[in-house]
Amino acid sequence: MATETAVHGPTGTDGADIRKTAMWGFLGSECLFFGSFIATFLLYSDETNGGPGTEVFDIPFTSVSSFVLLMSSLTMVLAHNAYERDDNRQLRIWLVATALLGTVFLGGQVFEFTTFYAEGLRMDVSPFGSAFFVLTGFHGAHVAVGVLMLTSMIILSRRGQLYRHRGMNVELVGLYWHFVDIVWIVIFTVVYLLQV
Amino acid sequence: MATLTPEATEVQEPDEHGSRGGLWSWITTVDHKRIGLMYGGTAMFFFLLGGIEALFIRLQLAVPDGTVLTSDQYNQLFTMHGTTMVFLVIMPLAAAFGNYLIPIMIGARDVAFPRMNAMSFWVFLFGGIFLSSSFFLGGFPDGGWFGYAPLSTQSEVIRMDFWALGLLILGIASLAGAVNFTTTIFTMRAPGMTMFKMPVFVWMQLVVAFLLLFSLPVITVALFEVFFDRNFGTLFYDPAAGGDPILYQHLFWLFGHPEVYILILPSMGIVSEVLPVFSRKPLFGYQFVVFAGAAIALLGFGVWAHHMFTSGLGPVAESAFSLTTMFIAVPTGIKIFNWLGTTWGGKISLKTPMLFALGFIAMFTIGGLSGVTHSVVPADTQQTDSYYVVAHFHYVLFGGAMFGIFAGVYYWWPKISGRYLSEALGKWHFWLMLLGFNLTFAPQHWLGLWGMARRTAVYPPDIGLETLNMVSTIGAFLIAVSMLPFLYAMLTNHRKGEPAPADAWDGRTLEWSVSSPPPHHNFHEVPTVEAIDDFWHRKYGEDEEGRAVRIATIPEPERFTDAYIHLPSPSYYPIMLAAGLVLAAYGFLFGPIGIPLLIVGALVLFGGIFGWAQEDPDHPMGDHDDHHGGHDDHEAETGPVEDEAGAAEGETAGDPEAAEVVEGEDA
Repeated sequence: MATETAVHGPTGTDGADIRKTAMWGFLGSECLFFGSFIATFLLYSDETNGGPGTEVFDIPFTSVSSFVLLMSSLTMVLAHNAYERDDNRQLRIWLVATALLGTVFLGGQVFEFTTFYAEGLRMDVSPFGSAFFVLTGFHGAHVAVGVLMLTSMIILSRRGQLYRHRGMNVELVGLYWHFVDIVWIVIFTVVYLLQV
Repeated sequence: MATLTPEATEVQEPDEHGSRGGLWSWITTVDHKRIGLMYGGTAMFFFLLGGIEALFIRLQLAVPDGTVLTSDQYNQLFTMHGTTMVFLVIMPLAAAFGNYLIPIMIGARDVAFPRMNAMSFWVFLFGGIFLSSSFFLGGFPDGGWFGYAPLSTQSEVIRMDFWALGLLILGIASLAGAVNFTTTIFTMRAPGMTMFKMPVFVWMQLVVAFLLLFSLPVITVALFEVFFDRNFGTLFYDPAAGGDPILYQHLFWLFGHPEVYILILPSMGIVSEVLPVFSRKPLFGYQFVVFAGAAIALLGFGVWAHHMFTSGLGPVAESAFSLTTMFIAVPTGIKIFNWLGTTWGGKISLKTPMLFALGFIAMFTIGGLSGVTHSVVPADTQQTDSYYVVAHFHYVLFGGAMFGIFAGVYYWWPKISGRYLSEALGKWHFWLMLLGFNLTFAPQHWLGLWGMARRTAVYPPDIGLETLNMVSTIGAFLIAVSMLPFLYAMLTNHRKGEPAPADAWDGRTLEWSVSSPPPHHNFHEVPTVEAIDDFWHRKYGEDEEGRAVRIATIPEPERFTDAYIHLPSPSYYPIMLAAGLVLAAYGFLFGPIGIPLLIVGALVLFGGIFGWAQEDPDHPMGDHDDHHGGHDDHEAETGPVEDEAGAAEGETAGDPEAAEVVEGEDA
């Protein structure tokens, strides 16, 4: 134990949170991921190959589920605020609310996919179908991962193991969650609103 | 490799798991130096494999109407040669140097996320094995390293599934590595080391990490689309249904051209370190070299369509991309002139690293110039898919990237092993390789301009292609011979290598201030940096005429055998996660009978993620060699903690890493 100098912590030498830096880098990369799928969709928005096109979209329904997802960003902010105040009870309430809203959105997506399949819009019918389902499907997968992370936060918080300076914390999950929401705003605008 | 580990020569701190030696310690290591060595060793193995593939190609082409390979085998070999050299050799070799050197060069004790770093390596290793194992499971992929759709989506056998899935897996490794390197470089520099006091090598690794962050997701999308077309009936690239194969080309090259700079910039960084040391002058125009690197990266995202001049983009797009392609030669030229300026008037010492660095400049310049000819659309239309292109990119990727990497190997090996690589053997290596390389690839310029097509297994006799093809094949075997002195020197280095002092070459950067091999914790005391080439300025001042004058002799650094500095604890979750991922991939490819394997793989994968997230390095019963108590982690709800518990934290940044892994499967 000659010297006990810190190697590095959650903060780097200049005080920045290394996990936040990493998360921002990762999210930057994700922009290009969704951007490429959105570009694919835009190219194929008219390639219906004789199958159904954008007329199957139910804008009022998707607007409601979009609203649900956007509200989850609000509850996420409230969760983060409670976290900053060290109010664990409030934190868990808002985390549960966020996870539930996310789940409702996913449920809406499952319903929507089922309806579209019944109406003949399938992944293997047209490039339009392929682009639509793969883009929104990957977004849904991201929401699902977010719900998993929120659930872990809730469990860890209940066990008293949600450490601020170690591992994933509420702020990082929040960054990810808001990002996924913002991507949905773009998808909803470009894929749904601009196409009908 | 165990004999070469930095730790093997040290008295180790006590450890209840015996984790400082033996195979298990390598499997669970999170030490950036060991991970760097494993990256390097694995990539060198794949280099030999890719080289053997190239020799078969050259044997087939040695004489007209070659009969060594069938067309099918030829397709497999050129596909795997390209895929191997790009994704399993040069990219991981750059990662090897980055892993070993970035923390030491910036005065840190490890990378930001050591476990994620280990995961990157294991995913790369298993992904490489996965890709190569296709040989025994139906044949190598055979659609070219670029996998153009619909050729790649419509072949019946699973070969191209191996290709698409293998590259997706390797992408996870590279993405995690890029996140790790950017975070490390941004946040963990020693006090005083501002961005513009960093070694150029670190700068170039940062630029590469950014290129990876923003180009990998694009090929990920392209690969998913190909993979879904092949396996889930989507119609992204089916022209009959309205799918557009040109989209694939755009997506591929929007990744593929930045990828070119991902391959070359690390070597540019290496050369920028080697030239000043062996010229005994500072790098000429440090800021210009750095900004030129960043400019190359930015422009690199705006030139992709020059790979598609014959796809029918129309004159406007072709003119635009022609211009940007010409522009990108400017920052590249700036670098070349700065390197030449560095050697100008210097006291040049032609040791092996310097020879390879000078070889790099010469060969890369030739490759760069032939590259500029591709920016001219009419000329490119003539050159496309001919051996002229093959000659061009081998001059930049072999004559450039690989020569730079060999310069780095000879330069830093004394730091890694504590012994110089043999100068005599190194010179044989260099001259044989330079000769063999030019014999192989220079004639291909002419062959291409005379009309010899790429990716074609045979060429007819009597059209004047025989002689130069034979010369090219002889050259290829000369390259293979040139590897023998290198391999011999490497294998005998621990016995025959001349012992090297810590400051083996009178170096300029921080890695030369620590012992060779570096101690486990890199720095006993975190250095404070005041200038570019800080270590040099501790040794040398200037006289009135600006000449370097030695002002201090740095004593050999102590070995610090009694020091205990808290370092990240070993973990087996990274390898577990990587193994699960690849097992699941095998399971997926083999349909119904593979389902049990898919399930096992998925369970191992999620077990790995779960264990990783749960892993508590501060728990006394934990799977760790953490000796000092007093952490306040357990009452940590109270707020950010300064660095007392520092060592543990970076290591235990478990969940963000786990989350990214989960992401990685999607992304």
